[in-house]
Amino acid sequence: MRPFEQVVVDHGPVVLRVCRAVIGPNEAEDVWSETFLSALGAYPDLRPGTNIEAWLVTIAKRKAIDRHRARARGPVPVENLPDMPAPVQDKPGSRENELWQALRELPSKQREAVAYHYIAGMPYAQVAEILGNSEAAARRAAADGIKRFRATYKGELS
Amino acid sequence: MSTIREDNGGSASMFASLLVDDAEAQRRLHARLVASATAEGILDVAYHAIDTPIGSLLLAATDQGLVRVAFGSEDRESVLSMLAERISPRVLNAPGRLDAAAREIDEYFEGRRNSFDVPLDFRLAQGFRRAVLTHLLEIPYGDTASYASVAARSGKPKAARAVGSACATNPIPVVVPCHRVVRSDGTLGGYGGGPQVKEILLDLEAHHD
Repeated sequence: MRPFEQVVVDHGPVVLRVCRAVIGPNEAEDVWSETFLSALGAYPDLRPGTNIEAWLVTIAKRKAIDRHRARARGPVPVENLPDMPAPVQDKPGSRENELWQALRELPSKQREAVAYHYIAGMPYAQVAEILGNSEAAARRAAADGIKRFRATYKGELS
Repeated sequence: MSTIREDNGGSASMFASLLVDDAEAQRRLHARLVASATAEGILDVAYHAIDTPIGSLLLAATDQGLVRVAFGSEDRESVLSMLAERISPRVLNAPGRLDAAAREIDEYFEGRRNSFDVPLDFRLAQGFRRAVLTHLLEIPYGDTASYASVAARSGKPKAARAVGSACATNPIPVVVPCHRVVRSDGTLGGYGGGPQVKEILLDLEAHHD
C-alpha cells in the first residue's frame, strides 16, 4: 500500500476540481478536507485494486450530500446532490465565475457527469458507477449537460 | 491528470480554466489535512526532509517518537513505502511533528549539542539488533567503541559481526550513534551513509568535544 501522501499528491488536485465543479467553489475546500480526512482514516482497510480516484470522488459526493442534509431543516433524506449548489460569492464577473454559474444551472446528474468525465477525465463506466446508473445513461447525462452548459455559457459571454 | 476526454468536439477546452492546478490551494488544503489528522490521532507516520552538512536527511516520526532517519543516498520513495508497509500507510509530509528533532539535529551539526533529547521509537529494529541500538546510546559523544566491545556490552561477546549488521541496519542513524562504532584495528569500518559521512561525524565530534 502506497503512503497516503502519494494519494494526496496524485489525486488532490483532481478531486478539488471535481468538488469545485459539483459543489461550487465556496464549499469545495471544506468538502475536499472532509473527504481526505475520512479517506485517511479508512485507507489502511481499503481493498487492494480499488480505483483510488473513484473512491475519493464517491466520498466527496457523500460529504457534499451530508452538508446539504445538515443545512436542510431536520433530517430530510437526500438521495442526490442539490440541483443548484450555493451561489458563487467571490470573483464576480470573472471568466471562472461565469463557468461556475453555468455549471450551477445544470441538473445535478448532468453537472456530476460533466465534472467526472470532462474535468476528472474518468471513463463513462466509472462515471456510471459513481452516479449509480448505466454507462449509456452516464454518457447521455454528460452529453446533455455539455449541450446545456454550452448554451448557457456562450450566452453569458456574448 | 493523465487524460482529458476530447471526444465531444473539444469540450474539455471549455473547462481549461478549471483544469489549471491550484498549487496554493493544494498547500493550504494539505496543511489543513495534517492539522485535522493530527487532532484526530490518525496521522500514524509524519515525515519531513531537512538539509544538513552531510546532505538531505529524511526524518520520520510516529506518535511515539523519531522512528527513521534516512540519508540522501537512500531512495526516498522506497523509505516511505517501507514505512507504509511496516508501520502504517497513514503517512503524510508533516514537518510540525519533526520540529524538535530537526532543531536538535541542526544544533548537533553546529557543534552545540552532544546528545539528543527527542523520544525515539525503536519499532523498526527487533531482538538483538534493538538491544545493540540501545547500547549505542551509551557511547559518549566524541568517543568510539569497537564492534567487539559493543557486542560484549550487549551480552553476546562473540557477536561482533551481528553488531556490525545491527549498525548497518540502524533505522535512526546520526541520532543513534552507530557512527561511533569502529573496527578494533582503528579503521572506521562501514557506514550506511557512506564512509565519508562517518568520518565527517567523528571529526565534528572530535572538534567539539
